[in-house]
Amino acid sequence: MAIKDRMSGNEAVAYAIKQINPDVMPAFPITPSTEIPQMVSNYIANGEIETEFIPVESEHSAMSATIGAEAAGARSLTATSSAGLALMWEELLLAASNRMPCVLALVNRTLSGPININCDHSDGMGARDTGWIQIYAENNQEAYDNFLQAYPIAEDPRVHLPVMICQDGFITSHAVENIELMEDAPVKEFVGEYCPEEYLLNPGKPVAVGPYSVSNYAMEARKNQADALLAAKKVILEVAEKYEKISGRKYGFFEEYRTEDADYIMLIIGSAAGTAKQAVDDLRDQGKKVGVLKLRVFRPFPADEIVEALKNCKAVAIMDRTESYNGNGGPLGSEVCAGLYRRKADVASVNYIYGLAGRDFTVNHVYDIFAELEDMVENGKEVEQFKYIGLRD
Amino acid sequence: MTNNIEIRWHGRGGQGAKTAALLLADVAFKTGAYVQGFPEYGPERMGAPITAFNRISSKPIRVHSNIYTPDLVVVVDDSLLASVDVTAGLKDEGAIIINTRKEAEEIRSLLKGYAGRVYTVDARAISEEALGRYFPNSPMLAAAVAVSGVLDKDTFIAEMQHSYEHKFAKKPEVIEGNMKALTMTFESLKEA
Amino acid sequence: MRTDVSKINEKTRHQDLTEGLMMFAGGTSKEFNTGEWRTNTPVVEWDKCRQCLLCAPVCPDSSIPVKDSKRLDFDYDHCKGCGICAAVCPFNAITMKEGK
Repeated sequence: MAIKDRMSGNEAVAYAIKQINPDVMPAFPITPSTEIPQMVSNYIANGEIETEFIPVESEHSAMSATIGAEAAGARSLTATSSAGLALMWEELLLAASNRMPCVLALVNRTLSGPININCDHSDGMGARDTGWIQIYAENNQEAYDNFLQAYPIAEDPRVHLPVMICQDGFITSHAVENIELMEDAPVKEFVGEYCPEEYLLNPGKPVAVGPYSVSNYAMEARKNQADALLAAKKVILEVAEKYEKISGRKYGFFEEYRTEDADYIMLIIGSAAGTAKQAVDDLRDQGKKVGVLKLRVFRPFPADEIVEALKNCKAVAIMDRTESYNGNGGPLGSEVCAGLYRRKADVASVNYIYGLAGRDFTVNHVYDIFAELEDMVENGKEVEQFKYIGLRD
Repeated sequence: MTNNIEIRWHGRGGQGAKTAALLLADVAFKTGAYVQGFPEYGPERMGAPITAFNRISSKPIRVHSNIYTPDLVVVVDDSLLASVDVTAGLKDEGAIIINTRKEAEEIRSLLKGYAGRVYTVDARAISEEALGRYFPNSPMLAAAVAVSGVLDKDTFIAEMQHSYEHKFAKKPEVIEGNMKALTMTFESLKEA
Repeated sequence: MRTDVSKINEKTRHQDLTEGLMMFAGGTSKEFNTGEWRTNTPVVEWDKCRQCLLCAPVCPDSSIPVKDSKRLDFDYDHCKGCGICAAVCPFNAITMKEGK
């Protein structure tokens, strides 16, 4: 039986952590993710879970301790945002290259500067090439559902990689919305006990984690790791299918919303996808053939699947909530364009930068973008291929 | 229940506008509605102007932007009228509620010609009488419920009693005062 | 997952490496003849050695075995000829010889 409730995105993730009852959580507070370790600490103080909470002196230490605990054989996690993730940078790469199936609850917040506490994806996107699996949520429900799927993906022997479960800071993390929670028992059964095959605190079976590697081995090790990330694609879909059986909620690499006959598609990540869906409904009422492709899994990047989903439309608006400072495109824009080109899919595209540092993104922006795509295709209007929306200029 | 209502709260950091918005989402949820309650953070300092929002609907809510054309605006501190354009985008068929000691007609003159309904409530007087201290959020929550009609008075009062019993389990002495503040607000709300 | 790390070498394909290059065994450094790197070699003059044992704990490669409170001859499979033992010996009982 689903439990109908209302809670914020941070509460939803903390509740998922409570239901999983992981072994170790080292964490250091940073807005807007602070509530997650705070709420988990409350659960621990109230005797509701047995998780060992480690207060650390920095995010660098938080990630180090998470890796250490995971290597020792404990199911581990941490939570952070923005500069906290940046301070974890070195360890993020180690978590992935040492094949640690730990989980990080990322509450997306912009990176400085100017210093600002609000949402964009510069933290998560900055860490896109660290070897982590990255899954993004539209709302509190998805943050909860994604979190419950994190360990079954990470701990699968075909994967053994860390997973970052991302939600939009404040917009999702601090917004109270309706949610359907699972009962504890099916969650416990779904996530399962953590029984690693190899771990440090295993008497009689010594193991060395993270040894120095000479060049003769290091390149092969990277390829080996990259293949595991690719193998995660299959596992992500299997876990989603299993989760659908117990929750009734369907997940994949992305959600296709009214795209099947769409001339124009907006490809977008996170909470703004909900706003885009509402705008699509409004425009459909006016007879416009528009749709939304909401990307859930950014790493591993499902390039083939995205191209397949986009190939029949006339133009796509690729939405990036971060600035890459390269004058060429945001991370999503660049990767999707590369995918389209490599697969010879002739789809026009415009890469929009939106919502930086909490700049609001509204249905009106979505209307404007679809109107611009149509003008470009139907009337040959020249549109910059890489531009900002919602900017004073 | 109203089909779809959007509410914008204006307050100052520390006055509980965010809490009131979350409480409204809470009580509306209990009537079976789809709800959203969220704050917009600025400088995060006591006294700084803050905004909070509610969407309450009979259908799932997907929009995740701020609210620009609200049906209802609640102003938790009338000193904001001088610095914040509180009626911006407010629908003429909507309403605004202001916590003030001023007379309703005087308040209307400060609203830049807003033509819709204007309500006033003296949350300070109510709070100080009922609670002995100034916590404007309970009266303003009651006023928002009364004007918006997102749920009827009796259901609201019953839900709040239940909610306060849970929230103040360790401080039962404040429950009665808060309940009194809610009922007093229903009686003293004035339309200009 | 446990694999025989002695079968992994510089010819191993990437598919056959262990996850994260983890080593599923302890003390594997013994398998490697790192004494081959040595260009200078310590030699004990046993008649000068008083078995004070100052040399054994300072050896960075644990190449001075100790048994029944007495040091034995060097483990030349792992000694890299750094000369620290010769420097600490109070009785000049260890000399560094050029070559292996």
